[in-house]
Amino acid sequence: MMTDEIPGDEPAGPPGGKVKKFMFVNRKAPYGTIYALEGLEVVLISAAFSQDVSMVFLDDGVYELVKGQQTKGIEIKNFSPTYRALDGYDVEKLYVERESLDARGLTEANLIVPVQVLSAMEMGELMQQQDVIIGF
Amino acid sequence: MAFELNGKVYETDEEGYLVNLADWDEDAAKYIAGVENVEMTENHWEVVNFLREYYNDYQIAPAVRVLTKEIGKKLGAEKGNSKYLYELFPYGPAKQACKIAGLPKPTGCV
Repeated sequence: MMTDEIPGDEPAGPPGGKVKKFMFVNRKAPYGTIYALEGLEVVLISAAFSQDVSMVFLDDGVYELVKGQQTKGIEIKNFSPTYRALDGYDVEKLYVERESLDARGLTEANLIVPVQVLSAMEMGELMQQQDVIIGF
Repeated sequence: MAFELNGKVYETDEEGYLVNLADWDEDAAKYIAGVENVEMTENHWEVVNFLREYYNDYQIAPAVRVLTKEIGKKLGAEKGNSKYLYELFPYGPAKQACKIAGLPKPTGCV
């Protein structure tokens, strides 16, 4: 997938032509486990398949988007700038749960990318509309 | 694996990608291009330098589709298409240009 053997300026259409709604739910802090980085990489790869992709940040997952991450001390690459590349991959739907932000004393202004903040209730409704939900 | 230029050792993986991003310099780029049979012109440097900037900004090497689109935005539509990029890098902009730019393989490339 997405190899040099398939030259194309546009992403390949989905097989069968039907676009599905894929939601990737991120619940973990960015470092300490591999979930956040793996989740991000899966989203970047899935962007090649022209599906309707969205990302959700809940619980400690909201820390993935916090500005000004300093990772030198733990000797791990700070991959948070990569969230800013999502727009170029046509992944434009980023949702953050308000309750998770509030519980951690964070606001939208603390985040590295523009997001849509939804209440837990609204988030639940959005999840109902998805074809596929994948959690990290 | 590794190669040596003017007394400086550049460590590479088994496919020839630089292991340490920070080792990269123009000599290394020219050397890798030589191995790939790519003769570096101004147009090649433009793409290689773009890739390094992109990596610096986003910490990933872009997928080919994204590279094509972003090059189009920055350098114009006549350069932002697969044909142009494949003429410069016959084995693929991701595989060859990223390698010459000293970047890891783009995410999603197997």
